[in-house]
Amino acid sequence: MNNVFVYCEIEGTTVAEVSQELLTKGRKLANQLGVELHAVVAGTGIKGAVEEQILPYGVDKLFVFDGEGLFPYTSAPHTDIMVNLFKEEQPQICLMGATVIGRDLGPRVSSSLTSGLTADCTELEIGDYDDPKTGEHFDNLLYQIRPAFGGNIVATIVNPEHRPQMATVRSGVMQKALYNGKARGEVVYPQVDKYVPQESYVVKVLERHVEAAKHNLKGASIVVAGGYGVGSKEGFDQLFQLAKELHGEVGASRAAVDAGWVDHDRQVGQTGVTVHPKVYIACGISGQIQHIAGMQDAGIIISINNDPDAPINKIADYVIVGTVEEVVPKLIKYYKQNSK
Amino acid sequence: MSLNIIVLAKQVPDTRNVGKDAMKADGTINRAALPAIFNPEDLNALEQALRLKEQHPGSTVGMLTMGPPRAGEIIRQGLFRGADTGWLLTDRLFAGADTLATSYALATAIKKIGKVDIVIGGRQAIDGDTAQVGPQVAQKLGLNQVTYAEEILKVENGVATIRRHIDGGVEVVEAPLPVVITVNGSAAPCRPCNAKLVMKYKYATCPMERTGDEPWKELYDERPYLTLNEWSVADVDGDPAQCGLSGSPTKVKTVKNIVFQAKESKTLTGSDADVEGVIRELLDEKIIG
Repeated sequence: MNNVFVYCEIEGTTVAEVSQELLTKGRKLANQLGVELHAVVAGTGIKGAVEEQILPYGVDKLFVFDGEGLFPYTSAPHTDIMVNLFKEEQPQICLMGATVIGRDLGPRVSSSLTSGLTADCTELEIGDYDDPKTGEHFDNLLYQIRPAFGGNIVATIVNPEHRPQMATVRSGVMQKALYNGKARGEVVYPQVDKYVPQESYVVKVLERHVEAAKHNLKGASIVVAGGYGVGSKEGFDQLFQLAKELHGEVGASRAAVDAGWVDHDRQVGQTGVTVHPKVYIACGISGQIQHIAGMQDAGIIISINNDPDAPINKIADYVIVGTVEEVVPKLIKYYKQNSK
Repeated sequence: MSLNIIVLAKQVPDTRNVGKDAMKADGTINRAALPAIFNPEDLNALEQALRLKEQHPGSTVGMLTMGPPRAGEIIRQGLFRGADTGWLLTDRLFAGADTLATSYALATAIKKIGKVDIVIGGRQAIDGDTAQVGPQVAQKLGLNQVTYAEEILKVENGVATIRRHIDGGVEVVEAPLPVVITVNGSAAPCRPCNAKLVMKYKYATCPMERTGDEPWKELYDERPYLTLNEWSVADVDGDPAQCGLSGSPTKVKTVKNIVFQAKESKTLTGSDADVEGVIRELLDEKIIG
């Protein structure tokens, strides 16, 4: 009872990295609260294949639901598993990846249990809360911290009275690490049909095409990112060229993605990828909080912007005041001249 | 087979243009201070609904939105593009709702509307980016859900075939009706307004939007279709405790405008000398190879 749960997402028999990141975070929260970390995984033919990808992150108890129709993911059976398991287990916290699956499953589960859910958190902490209206005091709530409102503010959300307190977190926001401490590591294999009625298997997946990621933006050591100041799809060609020279990857701000200049999977920020590169070159990016949330841990930040007062300049190590069109070709030219 | 389709659409503040009056002291959004637009992905959803209406003669498309009286604009924008009707949920009791209280209100209204085959909306709204309302409405109605849809390929024999975006790819799923569908921004853009429909509906308003001294006010008696449906919590037989702030399990503890820890930064120009200087410095310190 009252434990911390993490829903582990799978592709076939491979556990998603974001789930391992959340197990790492969940372990820390559980230690702080003095409770156990439990994990749930559901799929087809996963018994014996997924346990070792989950337990080493400090899991005290793992629930493996293995049965026909649980992979590929569809909403209803996975919701049934979570809801019925949570009715038995009464967890206080549940974390999921802010992936397509987590963002499909999380709200359905929270609605079934009438509990609160906060999407795309960038930080999770434990703390107290005093209700400003009733004056009631709550100990040890989960602070769900996220940029909100297009990234113009950062909000701390709490769910004082409903359990579990649910949150989704994007891939790359938390760092995964194997657990050094002691965890019980118990594994149970509940009978799926006790949790999922037959009529839940109504949505059928007819076709499915999944490709490995075309780039490794999340793990890139150099990121050349473009924003609205790049000006056009063609403008991004220069950024791709610079990234190629530097053996880096191209990222983008939401404004550039929304303008259709670059693929959505290159978006850096709270609602995109979180990156931790050695060097982040921000080209024509003004620096909304929601963007900065995804790149502020970069080692060296270079901002190229014709506005000397762009917000991102405050966190930059180098500010080059100039247009992207003018400066990026020069970076390419002088890099080529000076690197051997 | 004709379909009864409800489009969930939201009027959102244009979060790309936010001023400092944007937030109220209680951490909720001061919508009155901001330009309001049709949530972009809800337009993608409207387009899918209108295509189904064309493919299935006899179908109807109704716009359902929740917001202050001025959100009647969302219904008009739908009518201008080919929707048949609409409902505005407006009541002070709905104010301050989080996603759960919002989905309760929408689901209660959909039950009131009655028979529905497809409920369709954008994947998420740009003011919250949560993507939670669609699945929560589905759960509250006990319906199937298909999120991140890119195209409804067909609806046949009571089954919708839908192509949807998934992480790293696409999949095609089959879901029996009735179903709740949320549409991704990568779906087809919405058609523009139709000039004839704009003429027909330009004075269509909800009663609360009216001042009473419009020069065209006689039209409201002559043409009933110019009066849009406006529903309160009581009109949809809603439970006030489950609406608005009181029906919201999540509470905003604090909101802050972040001030970033300013670093000591070097400010340079775009001149050749300055750019070459940066490159040399990064190479010398082996920060880039």
